[in-house]
Amino acid sequence: MSTNYDERESGFGLEREYERAGMGGRGPRRMQRRKICRFCMDKVDLIDFKDVKLLQSYVPERGKILPRRISGICATHQRMLAEAIKRARNIALLPYAAD
Amino acid sequence: MADKKRTYEVVFIINPDADDNEVMRLSEAMQKIITNQGGSITKTEMMGRRKLAYEINHKREGVYVLLEVEGTGGEIAELERRMRVNDQILRYMTIRVDEDRRRAEKLKGRRARKAARRGSAPKTKAAAAESKNEMEDEYAA
Repeated sequence: MSTNYDERESGFGLEREYERAGMGGRGPRRMQRRKICRFCMDKVDLIDFKDVKLLQSYVPERGKILPRRISGICATHQRMLAEAIKRARNIALLPYAAD
Repeated sequence: MADKKRTYEVVFIINPDADDNEVMRLSEAMQKIITNQGGSITKTEMMGRRKLAYEINHKREGVYVLLEVEGTGGEIAELERRMRVNDQILRYMTIRVDEDRRRAEKLKGRRARKAARRGSAPKTKAAAAESKNEMEDEYAA
């Protein structure tokens, strides 16, 4: 279980986590570890809307913003991230909705 | 208030059918508008041809140009007005960045001060013990 942590922490992993949460019922296993904000760990002060690669990992397939309860980001950084994603959407770097 | 220096980031998307010369001409024209109005360009970045995340005016691609402008805001109004009527420009967006940057600086400063107060990052056990020792030393002194 600890071996596939890295995989789950990647963008794709977060996405899968998101889908499982959307199912409503209790998944086969719940996240046990308390997640720490990745932006805090990296000491990020400013999230740039032009950094598409970074933003994309917080925008699952459907184009919605990944909620905090899934990604484990702190409130401050989630706010910055949401702002950046919305700016990126405005100039067509990210989709408003996709399927 | 009005004569305070502000920093803006202007991104605009040029029609992908325009050739390189036209792109250069357009971006220079935009920069000229700023300088004529009394603003200054601090950075120009041609972000190049990119796929759009969604169609704009039935176009799937666009040429992105980023300008960093310093000024009072009046030249931004003029620039936006000119971009709005130019049909070669698919979309534009202006963002005021000086406030955000100042805030980031502040956060950085606060963190640095915090780290200094704690006696350099007490993340590892050894470092934590060290800082404890330092405190004890202070008591002894």
